[in-house]
Amino acid sequence: MASPPGAEVCKRSGRCSGRSASGSPLPDRTGHLAAEPADPARVSSRQRQRLRLVALVYSAVMAENLVPNLFLELYFVLQLLTARRMVATGDSHPDPGPGAPDSVGSPLFRNVHDCVFFAVQVLERQLQVLSYLDKGTLKLLAENERLLCFSPALQSRLRAAYEGSVAKVSLAMPHSAQAVSFQPETDNRANFSSDRAFHTFKKQRDVFYEVLREWEDHHEEPGWDFEKGLGSRIRAMMGQLSAACSHSHFVRLFQKQLLQMCQDPGGAAGVVLGEAPDVLSMLGADKLGRLRRLQERLLAPQSSGGPCPPPTFPGCQGFFRDFILSASSFQFNQHLMDSLSLKIQELNGLTLPQPEPSEDEGESDVDWQVRQNGGERRQFAVVMLSLRLLAKFLGFVAFLPYRGPEPPPTRELQDSILALRSQVPPVLDVRALLQQGLQARRAVLTVPWLVEFLSLADHIVPLLDYYRSIFGLLLHLHRSLVLSEESEGGMCFLNKLLLLAVLGWLFQIPTVPEDLFFLEEGQADGLEVDIEASGRGLDSVPVVDQHLLYTCCPYIGELRKLLASWVSGSSGRSGGFVRKITPTTTTGLGARLPQTIQGLQAQLAQAFFHNQPPSLRRTVEFVAERIGSNCVKHIKATLVADLVCQAESLLQEQLVSPGQKEGDPAQLLESLCSQLCPHGAQALSQAREFCQKKSPGAVRALLPEETPAAVLSSAENIAVGLATEKACTWLSANITALIRREVKAAVSRALRVQGPEPAARGERRGCSRASSLAVCAAISPLPQPQPQPQHDSSSLCSCPHQDVLALAAGPRDPEEGVSPEHVEQLLGQLSQMLQCRQYLCPPAEQHLAKCSVELASLLVADQVPVLGPPAQHQLERGQARRFLNMLLSLWKDDFQVPVPLQLLLSPRNMGLLAATRPRQWDLLLFLLRELVEQGLMGRAQIEACLGSLREAQWPEDISKELATLFSLFLAEPHIPEPQLRARELVQPNRGTVLAQS
Amino acid sequence: MILTKAQYEEIAQCLVSVPPTRQSLRKLKQRFPSQSQATLLSIFSQEYQKHIKRTHAKHHTSEAIETYYQRYLSGVVKDGAAPVLLELANEMDYAPSLMARIILERFLQEHEETPPSKSVINSMLRDPSQIPDGVLANQVYQCIVNDCCYGPLVDCIKHAIGHEHEVLLRDLLLEKNLSFLDEDQLRAKGYDKTPDFILQVPVAVEGHIIHWIESKASFGDECSHHAYLHDQFWSYWNRSLPLQATYDTITTSKYPSPSSLLS
Repeated sequence: MASPPGAEVCKRSGRCSGRSASGSPLPDRTGHLAAEPADPARVSSRQRQRLRLVALVYSAVMAENLVPNLFLELYFVLQLLTARRMVATGDSHPDPGPGAPDSVGSPLFRNVHDCVFFAVQVLERQLQVLSYLDKGTLKLLAENERLLCFSPALQSRLRAAYEGSVAKVSLAMPHSAQAVSFQPETDNRANFSSDRAFHTFKKQRDVFYEVLREWEDHHEEPGWDFEKGLGSRIRAMMGQLSAACSHSHFVRLFQKQLLQMCQDPGGAAGVVLGEAPDVLSMLGADKLGRLRRLQERLLAPQSSGGPCPPPTFPGCQGFFRDFILSASSFQFNQHLMDSLSLKIQELNGLTLPQPEPSEDEGESDVDWQVRQNGGERRQFAVVMLSLRLLAKFLGFVAFLPYRGPEPPPTRELQDSILALRSQVPPVLDVRALLQQGLQARRAVLTVPWLVEFLSLADHIVPLLDYYRSIFGLLLHLHRSLVLSEESEGGMCFLNKLLLLAVLGWLFQIPTVPEDLFFLEEGQADGLEVDIEASGRGLDSVPVVDQHLLYTCCPYIGELRKLLASWVSGSSGRSGGFVRKITPTTTTGLGARLPQTIQGLQAQLAQAFFHNQPPSLRRTVEFVAERIGSNCVKHIKATLVADLVCQAESLLQEQLVSPGQKEGDPAQLLESLCSQLCPHGAQALSQAREFCQKKSPGAVRALLPEETPAAVLSSAENIAVGLATEKACTWLSANITALIRREVKAAVSRALRVQGPEPAARGERRGCSRASSLAVCAAISPLPQPQPQPQHDSSSLCSCPHQDVLALAAGPRDPEEGVSPEHVEQLLGQLSQMLQCRQYLCPPAEQHLAKCSVELASLLVADQVPVLGPPAQHQLERGQARRFLNMLLSLWKDDFQVPVPLQLLLSPRNMGLLAATRPRQWDLLLFLLRELVEQGLMGRAQIEACLGSLREAQWPEDISKELATLFSLFLAEPHIPEPQLRARELVQPNRGTVLAQS
Repeated sequence: MILTKAQYEEIAQCLVSVPPTRQSLRKLKQRFPSQSQATLLSIFSQEYQKHIKRTHAKHHTSEAIETYYQRYLSGVVKDGAAPVLLELANEMDYAPSLMARIILERFLQEHEETPPSKSVINSMLRDPSQIPDGVLANQVYQCIVNDCCYGPLVDCIKHAIGHEHEVLLRDLLLEKNLSFLDEDQLRAKGYDKTPDFILQVPVAVEGHIIHWIESKASFGDECSHHAYLHDQFWSYWNRSLPLQATYDTITTSKYPSPSSLLS
């Protein structure tokens, strides 16, 4: 490890510890040097006294928050603890002999032993803070052999703290890009001013995600550049956002996607790694956890930029930052700031659930409250992390025009810039929000996001009056957060620690003047708010846990890395630290299907909620939470109360039975409990029953009446599942303790009163012994995975028709043709399909109608190429007539769309007839007559068609024949017996009436 | 039905510069008797469309159009009843319906004062009887009925198949008791992009969660899947979660998400 970060820390902390005069030896931490062993015996007694005194003062300064950044000081102390050896700088200082008097100017740390001695002295006084660090850091500290060597007492206290700690912190930032779902209430056409705006936005949404996906795929590739890869596409897209309202729509999408992707989803058990979820789910929860830790070890950057890194945009945040930069659209930025400001105010003002003042004895269960707080904490974390993210981007956009790579302006320039800037109103009145937050004792929510906002300010901002006063308030707050003061109703320890960490970080950011912390003393008086106001605020609720602390302040993790690098450097003695990674395989895990299905169920539930309005999820979770809670209360009121009754009567029996009177109360309790506790097993089945019974009704009552049945039933099932899970988890962990405590209370009551009334014995419900303690069975709220549907594609469509028409139109191969059976089959199929109608849509029917008319024309013109002996290449006329009759009946009875019968007399189709040799008009005449007969076409209509047909240009002979046909058709009066007429016309008259040329 | 990639490629191999006629399809059927006519036609159609997309531009240069038109004119002067236009299309390796459109457009330009509107041309292609010139009407008609990949008839057939599959899919969903919203309901709700069906309660198929179903009722080859992915599927994803694309037949190669599975 190179020294710069360490050296930087030493320099910055130097002003507090009054150490490191030039020319004195400096502790060195470079890893490749073998660590010099540290020995407490080699610290002289005079030096001990001196170091102890300095450590005392140093610790007091830290305790009173007189240092800007507590964690920076801790980092410095741990650096001293893990210093490998001293290196001389400049002219080597002659080591004063043991007897030589110490001058004030002589270096404080003469050797490694001094460093370690001092570090341990300070650490002893910081035990309280240390014990709130994460478990991993505590373990490293507790196992540090130097610490053991210098202070076994501190080591044992740290070990105890480590063993008692539950603060396992995992910082793998899970992110899975899920698109913002389309919500009709905000996204449909009614929300847009015009069709064009709606469609533009539709396109933009697609471009936005295209850009996002491309970024996801490529941003880790070396040489890929955001601006080069996506810049022009983003600007083109922004260019289309002409209407102001489109901007607000796009900004909403942008902001939602930002929140969705960059926020720690807090306990989302699903996909974390960028791998196929099905493979991962095969691993099972335990191995998945290990895999996650492994991934963290492999992927987490070794150093996040020291204990005080400048603000960055890690992970997906980078996309959104670069998007804003590449878009470089004034309108977009303005709309974005408006939207972010609104959302920040909304979230900042959110009423977060306060701990309910104990309503009854039952609610005061410690475990129960912890569980409740778990949910509350999660809720707080989600709100707070969202706020930080939004505020960071608000700060980024708001100060974007003023921030640049250039160094801070010189004093001369400052005045004119200040005059300009001081009259610009702040983008969001953060001072008022801060004041409100302090007054309402919600600093733990307000300050972290305010810090994010301010961290992106430019050099001038801290000098502006408005922001100066904010810094004044923050300094005042910082000073007041004394960790050792714990008062009733005061701020919780971890809440304070979080605020100290974020404020400390802010005070060290390059854009904040270095001397601000030391100069602004007392400036806040004018603005002082009454922080001591009465009433419980969020500050006094334990909403912050280590996970949230490390998520907000990843740089605290540097302490752990420092200790870990010491361990890996001092190889050989590290024992269990550098663990071997055992390879595991996913093959052969196929048998663990149930787990996979459970995982799939969870994913399905997530997927289900994703597509529904957010209120559905809230409702289901709310119902599950309340029903789960009610269930526990109910079990307490019924099962546990019964057991207590039983206990009382058993006790009564034992007390009255001879020989037992002098029994030890503790023994008595034990025997009662061992009799009664097994009954607790029933709690689980009762809980399941309760949740099953109560949840659906509640969900139904709370969801809109119009909710589709399937959605409703899924929501109900999920609510039942969640409620059961909550209740059963708590019950299986706590039911025995609960029974024990209630029985104990009853016993001590009974013993005090000496004899409960016998009546209590009478009415108690018989409780059968639960046969086995069944684990909470997984219920499946959603339909099981469906098998693949199969169907026979029985497509009855117009392909065969096209074939026949194409064959007729030619060109055709010599062996090609249609059999009469085929035509018949085709017409039969057509009729069936028209009658069934299931697969018909109007355009298809229209086309079929047209095709059938074409077919009729072909039949009339005798143009259907028949398969068969070469001599007979034409359809027999009787058969043609039969087909025509079939078509007529189709047209009359089966088609429901208008049939374009006039096409029969179109010049083109008439041309077909004209082209045949010999020409035969009888079928056409027959068809026309039948059309009139069956009312499919009016006489007048046919006459009009024939009339216009005659106007077309025809060869002489055809014109003549047409005229004959026309007159023949006109001459025929309406005849009621078509059979007779047909015969008459076709047989004898054919040759005479119609020319055969 | 699932086809292996190798099978698919073997079929596609046979389709290199083959005219889109019923004769070609018959030969294909003889060559691959185990495949259904629908599968073969679907593959044929898609392969042919790819081919046309690649070559489309060169048939639309003004020189090409002029050459085609002159050849058509001299052809019909010789023999108006011969399949002049169809043979021209086959010779030029272009879809007969599209060739008919080129010639018709050129013809109308010459004979009308105003350049023909697209809707007029479409209407004439749908019903060639409206074409003022009888010979051209016959030629165009012949091209349209002999083209199994392009033209108003084929469009209608495709539309009908799509409709039919939607009906089948709806029946299946109803039969499986899956609650869904169909395209019309989605449109009424104001969705800007509408797949065939959105499942109100998602289901899992082979471990994939399915929210939407879009029936393509066509052959799902890689190329068209990518195209659909681009045009439609990502749009759905952008609005929600993965969907199920159903194809009549797909190749068994791996697709990018969204998962495409068999209906």
